[in-house]
Amino acid sequence: MDLNTLIQMLDATVRLATPLLLACLAGLYSERAGIFDIGLEGKMLAAAFVAAAIASVTGQVYLGLLAGIGASLLLSAIHGVASITFRGNQLISGVAINFLAAGLSVVIAQSWFRQGGRTPQLSGEGRFRSITLPFAESLSGVPVLGPIYAELISGHSILVYVAFLTVPLTWWLLFRTRFGLRLRAVGENPAAVDTAGVSVIGLRFAAVGICGILCGLAGAYLATGLQTSFTKDMTSGRGYIALAALIFAKWRPWHALYACLLFGFLQVIPLRPDLITNTLGLRLNGQLLEALPYILTVVILAGFVGKAIPPRAGGTPYVKER
Amino acid sequence: MDAMPKWAEVTLVPLISLLLAAILSALVILAIGENPWAAVKLMVSGALGSTYGWGYTLYYATNFIFTGLAVSIAFQARMFNIGGEGQALVGGLGVALVLLYLPFPHWTIALIASAAGAALFGAAWAFIPAILQAKRGSHIVITTIMFNFIAASLLNYMLVGPIKAPGQEPATSKFPATTQLPSFQDMFSTADTVLFRGAPANVTFFVGIAACFALWLLIWRTRLGYELRAFGHSESAAKYAGISPTKIIVVSMLISGGLAGMMAINNVQGEAERLVLNAVEGAGFIGIAVALMGRSHPVGVFIAALLFGFLYQGGAELALWTSIPRELIVVIQALVILFTGALDNMVRMPLEKVFLSMRRPPKPDRKSTTARAAE
Repeated sequence: MDLNTLIQMLDATVRLATPLLLACLAGLYSERAGIFDIGLEGKMLAAAFVAAAIASVTGQVYLGLLAGIGASLLLSAIHGVASITFRGNQLISGVAINFLAAGLSVVIAQSWFRQGGRTPQLSGEGRFRSITLPFAESLSGVPVLGPIYAELISGHSILVYVAFLTVPLTWWLLFRTRFGLRLRAVGENPAAVDTAGVSVIGLRFAAVGICGILCGLAGAYLATGLQTSFTKDMTSGRGYIALAALIFAKWRPWHALYACLLFGFLQVIPLRPDLITNTLGLRLNGQLLEALPYILTVVILAGFVGKAIPPRAGGTPYVKER
Repeated sequence: MDAMPKWAEVTLVPLISLLLAAILSALVILAIGENPWAAVKLMVSGALGSTYGWGYTLYYATNFIFTGLAVSIAFQARMFNIGGEGQALVGGLGVALVLLYLPFPHWTIALIASAAGAALFGAAWAFIPAILQAKRGSHIVITTIMFNFIAASLLNYMLVGPIKAPGQEPATSKFPATTQLPSFQDMFSTADTVLFRGAPANVTFFVGIAACFALWLLIWRTRLGYELRAFGHSESAAKYAGISPTKIIVVSMLISGGLAGMMAINNVQGEAERLVLNAVEGAGFIGIAVALMGRSHPVGVFIAALLFGFLYQGGAELALWTSIPRELIVVIQALVILFTGALDNMVRMPLEKVFLSMRRPPKPDRKSTTARAAE
């Protein structure tokens, strides 16, 4: 494997890791506040559909992005009402949201565009273009570092940079601000937060809201950045992989970045089976490569790579008075 | 003290949830420019208007009985088995291997063997997530979801490789004729009138009813069922009473996976008579809605499975005659899960208030009032 192929694969890794990273950070806010969210998948899917639909109708990708975030926030609100206000089962609520998005997106897409549950192809202003960072062209001649800068770091769409910048931002917000301290506290011991006079319900809704925004970005990137239209079930389990990455990262932002890059890389491998054959000298079966991220997730969950301890109050609704 | 009488708990709460889901679904149909009332009429006539329609409705219901029971038994032990889809897929593999490679003189023997194969494969697929939950504390919801994806890859591999029949299609060859299960058409038609013509409902429906009864016996009439429910109510109390959490988690998940796997005798042996790609078609997930609506009770599961069988066949008719796509059933399924599962309290709280206000105040009792005054 030469440098160019390696850069190509890492470049693809960055692209495929972006939706995972956004969804993973979304789950991080929610779960740190004590709300389990297996509805990441559904929120991404809803955002992907609405973003692609609005972008294709208006021709403006940013309108699509806003609408996608709106759709994702709406599902977040349902999750919040069900699991915070009515103290329902958070896992079941998440499952319901996933099916709601899977069903509604196709039903509406079919009645709107009549293309078998997909949206028209986006072009021009309708999708996110890649951004060339300054000096990328002129520096590409520099050995080793030049191609890395020009191919790997430059030339992604704006949402990729947003996703990677969200990592330090999340770290700062969670570990260096008052809001972050309270958010983490509400996931560990909500009664203590309540005693201090801070609203548990308010904090949890804020966390679920942030989760909705980030899932919206992830979904919009899928349909308008990575691909050029919405297709049925296009998230294909990314929401669940993001959850697995979150557990792997033990609910920490920087580790979430590494976990998502790893899972992104695992998604790239099946696209280049020839490379595996050449470098490792063995022929791996296509279906095995397909299943690899899921198998690895189970291995990680089994705790062979250190024990993952979730936020203590995760999954339990807060009751103010007994 | 219960705020609500038992009959209201088991009938009113699911019915109101269903009504809310129906109203929202009607709004969705309106929003895409179709007439909800006409849609309902079409669904009823398509699913229940003929023995042919009933044959499909009961066929789908049979699938959902098995997956619904699978989710229910896990719910009783407070396990959430989302992996019914994968377990049913692998159960289909078990059925195919048994029927393709073993000779059977008669369908009755074939049915027993294929049911055993399906249950064994389904249970095996549930075993790894169960043992990981019990021993390593890995969250069963996530691991069972992952096993759904892995099952899909495994079936892809098997159907394009080792057990593929010659030809273009990724499927096995047809099972031998002696293993074909009698359909409702074979069982109920007389010489003059043909009933259930061409519909896939088959003898497995009665296996499903038997499974409902067996599960009821298991949950409410055996020691294991008692331990299972005790564990579901309070893990710490069950532990204190000497019930092993590992045993309950693994056993409940094995039964759950086995039941989900047994769905395959209906769709693989009964209907397709060979194993094809994506044979389960989401029935494993519908089991979640069925179990929630049926309040995890075999009788409730049976009724909810019939209802979803009707919705599924009705939805297929809608997709055939109108521009409403089949995915509408996924929306209805999602709404049922949302209202009966997650928003349960939203329906329950106002109802409890109504019942509390209807309750007569207890008669004033001289002794107790004086006793309270003396305190």
